Amino acid sequence: MKIQQIREFTEAALVCGETNREKEVLSGFASDLMSDVLRLDTGDVLLITGLCNLQTIRTAEMAEVSCILFVRGKKITPEMIELANENRMVLMTTEYSMFRAAGELYLNGLAPVY
Amino acid sequence: MVFRYELEGGNFSKAGHASSEIKKTLKQLSVDPRIIKRIVVALYEAEVNVVAHAWKGEVLAEVEANQITLTLRDEGPGIPDIPLAMQEGYSTASPAVRQMGFGAGMGLPNMKKNVDELEIESRVGVGTNVRMVTRFSGE
Repeated sequence: MKIQQIREFTEAALVCGETNREKEVLSGFASDLMSDVLRLDTGDVLLITGLCNLQTIRTAEMAEVSCILFVRGKKITPEMIELANENRMVLMTTEYSMFRAAGELYLNGLAPVY
Repeated sequence: MVFRYELEGGNFSKAGHASSEIKKTLKQLSVDPRIIKRIVVALYEAEVNVVAHAWKGEVLAEVEANQITLTLRDEGPGIPDIPLAMQEGYSTASPAVRQMGFGAGMGLPNMKKNVDELEIESRVGVGTNVRMVTRFSGE
């Protein structure tokens, strides 16, 4: 699924990663627990999370996750954007709850990791 | 090559710095990306452990031709019961640590899962030493 489609299905705003907007993800994973994210061994995953701090970006960096959708209207800090840009990540934010965002994406064909 | 990074207890903004630097170094050395991921995930969990529980600590990374040895030494409360701490789901993390997205009792199990060798030595009230070895050639 393309970034543009994720944005349409969840009414998400693109926060950073404009140059990577053609990037595609093959599956989605929703979690607020970073140790669960670090257990993923799949590539090209969209992380859907309500945990919005610098460690979310660090975790994504280590777990090779390059697209993150923040739910529940979380505010992304300049430090997070800076670290995300260094790692060429796409950050998006939606007002949807995690349940709704994951549901919409699943209904529209984004596969689960497992 | 030996690299050294300092860790500060409670300073979450710096947790992950060493992992990030090691990741860049291993990429430059053209280590298999799947192995790099395993190494940095283990190191990152270990860094978070030190920041979450200890007062201060350091990471020593010894990179050789075919393996990396990561040693984390901290001054902190230590681990009274290491087998218990290794159990998935067992945690003594503070609410602040949980707010950062950790503290579910998965740090040590995630480290063990991702490295070839893991050794933990700890003295209560003094600190903990963790040594992790990963070979670049895979299992």
